[in-house]
Amino acid sequence: MLTTFLLLPLVGVLLIAFLPRAREHEAKWIALFVSALTCALSLAIFVRFDRDAAGYQFVDRFEWIRAGDVGFSVQYIVGVDGLSAPLVLLLGILSLASVLVSFNVTLRAREYFAWLLVLETAVAGVFTSLDLIQFFLFWELELVPMYLLISIWGSGRREYSAMKFLLYTISGSALMLVGFLVLGLAAGTFDIEQLTAQPPSEALLPLQAVFWFVIAAFLVKLPIVPLHTWLPDAHTDAPTAVSVMLAGVLLKMGGYGILRIALPLLPEQAHDARVVLAALAAISVVYGAVLTLRQRDLKRLIAYSSVSHMGYVLLGVAAMGSVALTGAALQMVTHGLITGLLFIMVGLVYDRAHTRQIADLSGLMHQMPLIGVATVVAGLAALGLPGLAGFVAEITVFLGALQEHPAATIAAVFGVVLAAGYVLWAVQRVFMGPPNARWAALPDFDAWWERTAVAGMLALVLIVGVYPRVLSDVVAQGVEPLAAILRGPAS
Amino acid sequence: MNTLDHFDVIGPATVLLAGAAIVLLADLSSGRRARVRPLALLALGVAALYAAGQTAAGTTGEAFGGAVGVDRFTLYVALLLIVIAAAVVLAGEAGLERIEQRGEYYALLLASTASMLLLAQARDLIAIFVALETTSIAQYVLVGLGRDARASGAGLKYLLTGAVAAAVLLYGFVLLFGIAGSTSLTDISLAVAETGDETRLAVIVAFVLVAAGVGFKMAIVPFHAWVPDVYQGAATPVTAFLSAASKAAGFAIALRLFYTGFGGGDTPISADWAKLFGVLAAVSMTLGNLAAIQQTDVKRLLGYSSIAQAGNIAVGLAAVAAGGTLGPAAVLFFLGTYAATNLGAFIAVIAVGARVGSDELRDYAGLLRRSPGLAIVLVLCLLSLTGLPPTAGFLAKLYVFNSAVQGGEQWLVWLVVVAVFNTALSAYYYLRWARTILLDEPLDPTPFTSPTATNVVLTAAAIGVIFFGLVPTPLIDAARSAAAALA
Repeated sequence: MLTTFLLLPLVGVLLIAFLPRAREHEAKWIALFVSALTCALSLAIFVRFDRDAAGYQFVDRFEWIRAGDVGFSVQYIVGVDGLSAPLVLLLGILSLASVLVSFNVTLRAREYFAWLLVLETAVAGVFTSLDLIQFFLFWELELVPMYLLISIWGSGRREYSAMKFLLYTISGSALMLVGFLVLGLAAGTFDIEQLTAQPPSEALLPLQAVFWFVIAAFLVKLPIVPLHTWLPDAHTDAPTAVSVMLAGVLLKMGGYGILRIALPLLPEQAHDARVVLAALAAISVVYGAVLTLRQRDLKRLIAYSSVSHMGYVLLGVAAMGSVALTGAALQMVTHGLITGLLFIMVGLVYDRAHTRQIADLSGLMHQMPLIGVATVVAGLAALGLPGLAGFVAEITVFLGALQEHPAATIAAVFGVVLAAGYVLWAVQRVFMGPPNARWAALPDFDAWWERTAVAGMLALVLIVGVYPRVLSDVVAQGVEPLAAILRGPAS
Repeated sequence: MNTLDHFDVIGPATVLLAGAAIVLLADLSSGRRARVRPLALLALGVAALYAAGQTAAGTTGEAFGGAVGVDRFTLYVALLLIVIAAAVVLAGEAGLERIEQRGEYYALLLASTASMLLLAQARDLIAIFVALETTSIAQYVLVGLGRDARASGAGLKYLLTGAVAAAVLLYGFVLLFGIAGSTSLTDISLAVAETGDETRLAVIVAFVLVAAGVGFKMAIVPFHAWVPDVYQGAATPVTAFLSAASKAAGFAIALRLFYTGFGGGDTPISADWAKLFGVLAAVSMTLGNLAAIQQTDVKRLLGYSSIAQAGNIAVGLAAVAAGGTLGPAAVLFFLGTYAATNLGAFIAVIAVGARVGSDELRDYAGLLRRSPGLAIVLVLCLLSLTGLPPTAGFLAKLYVFNSAVQGGEQWLVWLVVVAVFNTALSAYYYLRWARTILLDEPLDPTPFTSPTATNVVLTAAAIGVIFFGLVPTPLIDAARSAAAALA
């Protein structure tokens, strides 16, 4: 089932590849069909996931490279547990949404939708791989489609931003690879399940160094201050759908990597590093929020708010208790939904007004009431209003982290205040105020695909906000064993 | 053992030499009007079948008093070299407009390939030196062929640096003979295994000199100065041949000399020469990549990139401490995937150069719209050179780096750290090139097509790059059994 989930987008790529150039405009329908199918499959995986059974489910495996006892044996293993199942669903949903909001792309449409589907496969591989080398393969596979999507279909300084994204990610993953190889040598296997069961007690390098090697790539991807500068650039210059994927699922690769690999494989070293991680988290939350306040471009504003919000994930990780870890895992999903939605809204505004400068926009609520309301709801969810998705995750992180890291948690709570500031201020400047004659001709939602994507995402934000157990039950299945591993070094 | 059996051991090389002679005769007797390319291809085909037959039969043995031998290792290298030469012959025609002497060109190509086959088979210092010099002389002439001052200059530069390298190598060989009292690699390995304090210095000096001599063929820093000018000056098919075949032969003889002659992981000095290659690897990839970033001529760019790639391969040489066959297997696997990748890139360069008449990076702008198939293959090869999945280059790098980490020594891990950061560095110029191909506005948007032979070879290279990226096990198995024959 998971293998089908991985391969389905590639089938779409093949179909698009054989599409004659004259029928290029049909590529979007193929992409829509395939991503709808993938989304349905991810939903099926999520629903059929057994919340009471321990361990990985829907496991497929075969031996990929067999090269002697010493050396280089790599397996293909995919499986999901409570940590990855929600992210798989998130990926399914956001991929569908990205295809929908790309329906007006006409520039080299075949290639565009093909790369979007390749990106989906790569991220799906990261979320489901249970072998370090296989994980690394998909981690690197994601670079090429992202690089091309930003540098061909982006705007502004797109080539610079795409290259910056690429070099940051590839430098981070360079160290991660060394860490993986050292771990593989120490344990004699690259199998994540086996490595989790028996973490190596010594390796070629001090294990503390191995931990930082491995986590470096994840911290760059999350991203954490001061490794974050690629993110605003990439977001600002990326097309809307790519921003949705970037904020919605690509950043989660970092958080997921920490939860799946860095913590369980090196629990003692993680425990030793928790204060540093908490400090990094607090700095990211506050510094990210302060930078957000100063932004004049709507898209940059949301990009910086992501830096701040991903700080909550790291704070939950640094606390290492089951409540805090649950919060971190929830925050990844809710941030994916909310920020994905926000990027869609900004994209819609930009498509109409052709500017993202906050100073130029005002009173848009008069012309586009529906877009305005949807943006306000998404904004409120982002600042953590109770009843919407963001609140549940953030409060869980704070409750879980307060005892372990009081100072960092209080700083992070201050970040929520700042979030209220930048969200409300931005909404007020863009949507409120008297009607602006310059924007009098702008239409509200005018295409079915815009309405579908926004309505679906809004519904999810509400559902998770009102009934968080739909997520937290599943997340608990993945967090409990991890928390048990981490309790070892704490006691 | 009768005479025929001796020649059976060097069968593929003999076929190629006979082919070279026939090509020359045909060319002379017909007043330069003969189409000699089919003859060259025929010779390569027969040699490939011969080597494949020997591989299937598992032939092993020695001939000519132990001067040459045949085993899995030599056959792996032989097949690799023959395939490279065949690809160059098939797809190179378009890049030869400056060369009128086709007879000489094909004869020299065959002779050079034959002597590289013999080089891989040599088990004696004298045989090694003779084979190395024969292949070098053929290559000097190949580089200088054509009515072109740049080619002649490149040929002369290659000849002068090559002559120095040969002299240095010979001096190293003399020292080895002094130490072992024999020119046979087996005897040398026995003598080296018993290195005591009084002979240690001599052995170390000997392997430094030998490393310098073969480093010239591998094109690693600091024996690389000839590469950019020669790569740029020579006709592109010759450059392609040098970059794939000559490098493979250089690493093959390095493996033979160091793993057999200087002993695997178990001689008193293997740690020393492993570290020597470690340092050379780190310097090669760093300097090669830094220089490649600044290039605007694609042949120079590929020249510097090949220096950096030689650094990557040398990581596998340094992994001797991993014991067993892991390091050599990684080197051989890398050479196999690198041949497909680099040939693909160079043949695309030939095809573009034949059409555009220039090798400037900016002439690749918008290639995707002008010749989509060519552009896609070239981009695939660039991804593979960078080492991104799902290409063979990804697994090759992974395999080599893993073999080094398996060595279980800390300095090897730091070597791998240098190597992975170099991958990031190389991504900058490989992907900048890929972006130019896919993205930029073409200066001249007219579409063009390439000859069928070129398209066939490009397709084969692309299939190789993807196939070995997804299903590497056959090639890994072949590389492992080849490496096992070294011990």
